[in-house]
Amino acid sequence: MATEADGHSEGGLVFHPMDQFIVKPLFGDGAVGMFTFTNVALWLVLAVICVIALMVLGTSKRATVPTRTQSVAELAYGFIYKMVEDVTGKDAVKYFPYIFTLFLFILFSNFLALIPMSFSPTSHIAVTAVLGFGVFIAVTILGFVKNGASFLSLFWVSSAPLALRPVLAIIEIISYFVRPVSHSIRLAGNIMAGHAVLKVFAGFAAITAVAPLAIFGIIGIYALEVLVSFIQAYVFTILTCVYLKDALHPHH
Amino acid sequence: MEGDLAHIGAGLAAIGSGAAAIGVGNVAGNYLAGALRNPSAAASQTATLFIGIAFAEALGIFAFLVSLLLMFAV
Repeated sequence: MATEADGHSEGGLVFHPMDQFIVKPLFGDGAVGMFTFTNVALWLVLAVICVIALMVLGTSKRATVPTRTQSVAELAYGFIYKMVEDVTGKDAVKYFPYIFTLFLFILFSNFLALIPMSFSPTSHIAVTAVLGFGVFIAVTILGFVKNGASFLSLFWVSSAPLALRPVLAIIEIISYFVRPVSHSIRLAGNIMAGHAVLKVFAGFAAITAVAPLAIFGIIGIYALEVLVSFIQAYVFTILTCVYLKDALHPHH
Repeated sequence: MEGDLAHIGAGLAAIGSGAAAIGVGNVAGNYLAGALRNPSAAASQTATLFIGIAFAEALGIFAFLVSLLLMFAV
């Protein structure tokens, strides 16, 4: 309230809602270079540590009656395993570790970002683009390795009338190359928009007249964000499964 | 924040999110209608539901992307 007018009052708010996404070096305040340890890097490392901690602590005892950590680990494992099996097929189970890692990493990045004053690495397109393009490149190479040139039949819709097929092929090719873009920006956009909305409501909380309303708003939006964090991790993983299915079985 | 045609464009591009909302609502609403008619088949189709929502939402995200580009890159 008292910290108004420090250059950020342009939008009428006490602070700018997009300020939380600024990448800065963790130590010192030099320029951000290739190997600078930034706040993004810190929260990415924390997410990795959480994933390792959950799986190592959860599965080290292998108790018949699971502890809480173990049942969470088992639940996550079973959930993703079943999804890979259902969506991609039994022969895709050997790619399960990659998909499971993606899911847990995104889930923990999203959940850690919900801690107040933390940083949300998945709100940056740079972070999610690496994940999205990683999936895209891996799946494309896998498709060609597994099927050879017949992988291209993915673009040749044999169930359509012959006259339509060249047109459909162009559309299919465009939609294939747009995949990594939508795949990564969906995650970044949802997380970024959610956190920006939280900060906008937090800015309203500084105005005495609407403060109670804004606080209830924050509670509601925060609950929604917990849901969105999970759903976006789930959607990212299930789309990876769908793309993988296209690579393994390109015939419509 | 001085007024500028790019900002107006960004605002217009944000209409696309509303269009995506219609799409997502359609998917979820039709899923619910189908699920209430045949609840036993509903559980097996949740994955399809999320894939459908994701594809409908992708186009809204492109509108959002255009909006972002106009705000920060133009």
